[in-house]
Amino acid sequence: MGSKVSRRRFVGGTAALSTAMVAAPFVRGAYAAGKISIGFWDHWVPDANKATEALAKEWGEKEKVEVQIDYITSNGNKLLLTTAAESQAKSGHDILAINTWLPARYADQLVPVDDIMADLIKEHGAVNNTVEYLGKINGKWLAIPATAGSQIKGPCSRIDLLKKHANIDIQAMYPAGQAPKADDWNLDTFLKAAEACHKGGNPFGIGLGTTSDNVDTIGAIFHSFGAVMVDAKGEIVIKNDQVRQALEFYKKLMAFLPADVAAWDDASNNKFLVSGQGSMIMNPPSAWAVAKRDAPKVAEQCWTHGFPKGPKGRFAPFLPYFWGTWNFSKNQSAAKSLLRHLSTAAAAEKMCNASGGYDLPSFEKLTTFKVWAEAAPPKGTLYHYPNPHNHQTLSIAAAPAPHKIAEQIYNQGIQTQMAVRYFKGEALEKTLDWASGELEGFMRN
Amino acid sequence: MADVTAPNSAVLVQSNRSSLHKLMQRKSTIAFLMALPLILLIAILVVYPAGYAIWLSMLNKSMSKFVGFGNFEFLFKRQTFWDVVFQSCLFAITAVIFKAMIGFVVAHFVHNIPSKGQRKWRGMLLVPWVIPPAMSTLAWLWLFDPSYSAFNWILAHFGIGPVPWLGEAGWARFAVILVNIWAGAPFFMIMYLAALKSVPDQLYEAAAIDGAAWWQRIWYVTLPMMRNIIAITALFSLIVTFANFDITRVLTSGGPLTATHLFATWAFKVGIESGDIPLGATVSLFMVPILAVAAAFILRDINKRGSEV
Repeated sequence: MGSKVSRRRFVGGTAALSTAMVAAPFVRGAYAAGKISIGFWDHWVPDANKATEALAKEWGEKEKVEVQIDYITSNGNKLLLTTAAESQAKSGHDILAINTWLPARYADQLVPVDDIMADLIKEHGAVNNTVEYLGKINGKWLAIPATAGSQIKGPCSRIDLLKKHANIDIQAMYPAGQAPKADDWNLDTFLKAAEACHKGGNPFGIGLGTTSDNVDTIGAIFHSFGAVMVDAKGEIVIKNDQVRQALEFYKKLMAFLPADVAAWDDASNNKFLVSGQGSMIMNPPSAWAVAKRDAPKVAEQCWTHGFPKGPKGRFAPFLPYFWGTWNFSKNQSAAKSLLRHLSTAAAAEKMCNASGGYDLPSFEKLTTFKVWAEAAPPKGTLYHYPNPHNHQTLSIAAAPAPHKIAEQIYNQGIQTQMAVRYFKGEALEKTLDWASGELEGFMRN
Repeated sequence: MADVTAPNSAVLVQSNRSSLHKLMQRKSTIAFLMALPLILLIAILVVYPAGYAIWLSMLNKSMSKFVGFGNFEFLFKRQTFWDVVFQSCLFAITAVIFKAMIGFVVAHFVHNIPSKGQRKWRGMLLVPWVIPPAMSTLAWLWLFDPSYSAFNWILAHFGIGPVPWLGEAGWARFAVILVNIWAGAPFFMIMYLAALKSVPDQLYEAAAIDGAAWWQRIWYVTLPMMRNIIAITALFSLIVTFANFDITRVLTSGGPLTATHLFATWAFKVGIESGDIPLGATVSLFMVPILAVAAAFILRDINKRGSEV
């Protein structure tokens, strides 16, 4: 017995099937989706990888998908090189942790995730402008802000040394469990405290090399002066009074910093705090976590808090990691499904707990987990780390310049180089001319 | 008019076979066939990446358009590029001169140690050269560290310092060159030691009979006999030092400011870290003409040496 299928019916049926296959969410079968490979960032904090591993495996078992995880270190730029290699080879992980500037760099090769982000924002609240600037390119979300690895690089101060040298009670200014009472915490107070601590033999440890920690700090200070070097349209506007004010401020500040800050990398400030020499550094809680292990007396005196306020507001550096999926990924539907699983509130809290509070979700409703309130010693030391009261604007250096220019300003440390040049005696206008020349070089397409 | 006879096909086949046989019998053919796997390996690992780098250097920043020599023209207008050229030359030339001098002196010391104890000295002196530089430089980083510098700790006992080893342009350049000399001098030492051992003793005996002083023996006997090996070693080291990456990367990352950037570190900064792969490829290709000149010298010296032999 046979039934005859008309051509019209066949075409209609095929079209309907194709539409259903394209539009349908990931549906599991017995290993229907086969295998998924993930390249997660290899966490600094010991055992923090266990959270992402457990979450991915839990999802794999539920969806009957074989999960293969690689933890790729960012030491020696390994993760950056892996991303570049996968982009060039058009082959690699289905989900890859990509750092701050990379969604824009690989915009043509990343799968848009607007559908996921719309749901996540609905559920967890808005993301800050910095995450949107970095992850939403030309109106499309190209990556999901990852909890693992994202961080605010706010001040981590020594309670005792600030009291002793600068007469500042930082715990009263940023009380645990309460909104900040830091109206007087501005750049003038900050500079006076830097001078007092320098005189007292425990200077602030603020680096001026060209690596991320150094650039993030100067970026936030520039923002607090409203100092823009290249505007959102890509015009070079560096020769303005705000940039001059920011450089004047840094010239004064550098006189109170250790002599070799121009050579500092991302480990220098951590070591400076843990050694007991420094009274303040700008860092996520990793330095405090190391001190807890290696120098408990120092850790007992650490307090993470907000940035000082400048003429144009209070800004703190936020450095998000992202998770993205390549458009050449063989298993995009499974990848998207897993990205949703990794972005639930419960998953985010697990990552924050496993990292001892280092990791930060980018969504506004996910900044009040217990881990930050309960972290000790001293109790409450990390309460203000995730900016729970929206006390400061989270920012990234070189914004709002177009990404391809901003990325180069950031990675080549143009702002810190300007500060060092001016501090070392170069005329301000000459420094601005030099920077202007560098910026012109970044304009090439 | 000469008679032309059609060639016999059997004879032709036989003559082809015998010429193929002769070709296969030739030493050069056998040598080529035996070297073929290595040639293929080099083609895959060196020629292809080099060709790809040339191709990349001729693309625009987003790698979507062919721009010819546009990237090279662009670099010529950048002050930072000329700083990198200066620093690379300063780094390579200074380091090679000191490595050669130290290697020469140490080779003489080792040569004069009785042969019984010489082996252990040779082994110990080779250690800096044998350790991967990325690892040994980490130890140097600790010695120069801003917070924990062991050198500064020692100097402090004499009321000196602290010295900003990596914080000032001059000191930072000194530091990277010093570490390169430390790591590279043993190579010179071992090469010069081998050359010293090949100088016939009769020449020194004849010089001694003629009343030559120690410096005259070095100037008129040792140096002329070692001339080729000195040239080859120096030029070979120049190539390797010019292309150095790991020491500077670990010690200063090119800083402070851009005072210690070399071609390789700046290419990495621009290409990988800042996302401008074509410009990074262009920077790294600037080493090629300089290194090609050095390579030409090496080959010329090898040929000269070969013909002298």
